Amino acid sequence: MTFTLNDEQRMLKDAARDFFREQAPVSRLRKQRDEKKNGRDPELWRDMAAMGWAGVIIPEEFGGAGLGYVALGAVLEEAGRTLAASPLHSSALAGASALLLAGTDAQKAEWLPKIASGEVIATLAVDEGAHHAPGKSKLKFVAGKLSGEKKYVADGHIADLFIVAGADGLYLVKGDAAGLTRRELVTSDSRGAADLSFNGAAAEAMNGGADMVEAVLDRARIGLAAEMLGQASEAFEITSEYLKTRKQFGQVIGGFQALQHRAAKLFTDLELTRSCVLAALDALDRGAKSIPEYASLAKARASETVHLASNELVQLHGGIGMTDAHDAGFYLKRARTAEALYGGAAFHRDRYASLLGF
Amino acid sequence: MTDQLEAFRTETRAWLEANCPQSMRQPMAGEEDYVWGGRNYKFQSEDAKRWLERMGAKGWTAPVWPKEYGGGGLSSAENRVLQQELARINARPALFSFGVWMLGPVLLEYANEEQKKEHLPKIVRGEIRWCQGYSEPGAGSDLAGLQTKCEDKGDHWLINGQKVWTSYANYADWCFCLVRTDTSVKHEGISFVLIDMTTPGVETRPIKLISGSSPFCETFFTDVKIPKGNMVGRLNGGWEIAKRLLQYERTNISGFGSGQRVDVVDIARKHVGLEDGVLADRDLRARISGHKMFERAYALSVQRAQEEAKAGGNVSHMASMFKVAGANLNQERCELMVEAAGNRGLGWAGEGFAPDDLAITRGWLRSKGNSIEGGTTEINLNVVAKRVLGLRDTQ
Repeated sequence: MTFTLNDEQRMLKDAARDFFREQAPVSRLRKQRDEKKNGRDPELWRDMAAMGWAGVIIPEEFGGAGLGYVALGAVLEEAGRTLAASPLHSSALAGASALLLAGTDAQKAEWLPKIASGEVIATLAVDEGAHHAPGKSKLKFVAGKLSGEKKYVADGHIADLFIVAGADGLYLVKGDAAGLTRRELVTSDSRGAADLSFNGAAAEAMNGGADMVEAVLDRARIGLAAEMLGQASEAFEITSEYLKTRKQFGQVIGGFQALQHRAAKLFTDLELTRSCVLAALDALDRGAKSIPEYASLAKARASETVHLASNELVQLHGGIGMTDAHDAGFYLKRARTAEALYGGAAFHRDRYASLLGF
Repeated sequence: MTDQLEAFRTETRAWLEANCPQSMRQPMAGEEDYVWGGRNYKFQSEDAKRWLERMGAKGWTAPVWPKEYGGGGLSSAENRVLQQELARINARPALFSFGVWMLGPVLLEYANEEQKKEHLPKIVRGEIRWCQGYSEPGAGSDLAGLQTKCEDKGDHWLINGQKVWTSYANYADWCFCLVRTDTSVKHEGISFVLIDMTTPGVETRPIKLISGSSPFCETFFTDVKIPKGNMVGRLNGGWEIAKRLLQYERTNISGFGSGQRVDVVDIARKHVGLEDGVLADRDLRARISGHKMFERAYALSVQRAQEEAKAGGNVSHMASMFKVAGANLNQERCELMVEAAGNRGLGWAGEGFAPDDLAITRGWLRSKGNSIEGGTTEINLNVVAKRVLGLRDTQ
């Protein structure tokens, strides 16, 4: 196991950091929201794809870079820091993972090059109710036709290709398939989503059963945890910086012990979570046996940490943190959406206990 | 490189096979199996004595210390192999030692050649047991407020004062001690001295804790004369050494959170029971699961810090963070153990409770000290805020 980036991964992370700070700061998401784009930013995605980030985990034979999950996690973390609105997680991580793990040779050949180039946006369609419950799907697949509902599909409103999770396997459905209707959802994180309705929509079965659904979800969970780590780190750093500059009672408020301790506790929490996320990404690249444990560990810890970091971001800024003019609200809203996606802390504590046999 | 390491592994494995007594490969029943060494130490068994002698002779009780001072002279890579091989056969630690954990590292850094030659080999071999004279009745969290006086009497130092929370002072042969050599300044008036506990005027008195045990003492110094050569580092330069030693101590105490032999999940399975394959108390189950994640996150973080240290990163400032998290982790674990064991975890004595049950009670009460000893959680949060995060108190 390793927690240290190699030179290639380090360069990728540095490039991503510069890119998101320059090209996609939070002000870009704010502008998109004010223009009611609901997360649509095709120019940003095109520029990111040009950097090669749509194909980080996709092997070279399918037009990707074949650099693995630690590398993509590094880019996701940087994207998370500025809340960049893009299908980097949905398509480059989750969609690509599904095809790599469960795609037939023909499906891989057809879709992976297009995902790697950014030309096609893929996403996972998993949940059917307000809560993450992949085992309870009522989806029906008969003679190549899919029927059922999928709710709150991340990037569902901009996706070209859906990887739809049933209770016993995965199915590919094109975004323009007859029998598929989508309803766009305007969400508080300004990223948007969609509810999908399948009424005998043409679909292709992928390889594998219920275990495959979990294997794909675990990759999505770990990748999302990396993005959340970035959000939490940035929220913490913005807060820490504010503590060093905001003056009250004739002194910077970071001199008050009550606030110093809150910052120190949050930092400790963040460091522990960082270890979990890095270990989980590394486990994917190593093909470790205990990926389900790592996934629940990383997603639960990242959910708790970003929850705390986003709350402290608002509270320690005081009144200004409540204003729309400040970025705090964007972090808070994105945090909760990411927490719920693919299971929050409670879901993963339950799953972790089951995995450990109690 | 790798071939060399593999050769070292083969060699080490063979040596351990030949030299680690079978009884030293069984799990320790409890603290009574810890081997502390020292002049008057009574070993629990001949095997424990033999195991310490052999490991000490090899220098493997302090594997990375230089050979010239009795250490093993191993590289960190070789030490990792050694630790892996020890773990492979479930070997018990041959020695528990404040000398190895705390004093030795600062002697290596600050002591003169004579002091190193005198003290380090005896630490390695477990011949001298050390205690730590830091806290005083009036100097706890504000350690630098210590008042134990050390006067220059020409051919010796004269020490008067009192220390408290001196771990196992009643069993120790020597004490490393912070003393005041200048009363006109605070931090710059402290020195670091070594005191033989058999010196006339040294007296210890055990303190009984809420757990019923007495691991700590009050230690009194009344007109204690020590040789001039017993000061480590320069006169009034003790605070720097004190802080460095605390980093080692904090790293070490934080390690108490891991490697416990009784798993809270097993206790819960036994006393709460399973229902449909999961713990019957769902609320407790969720909290234990969160705790197991905390435990894993902590272990991974220790591993990450070691990796970063190996790569040349400076991680010494992280000691306070690990101290806070480690204390929190162990206390959380102990509280969950008591909760999971129910009334079986609240016994005190007698035949109505099994030794394992009583260990839960005692362990829980003892754990309350984790966030106090070696710098309270609050003091360590101060350190993280100031040194790591750069938050400064306003003057």
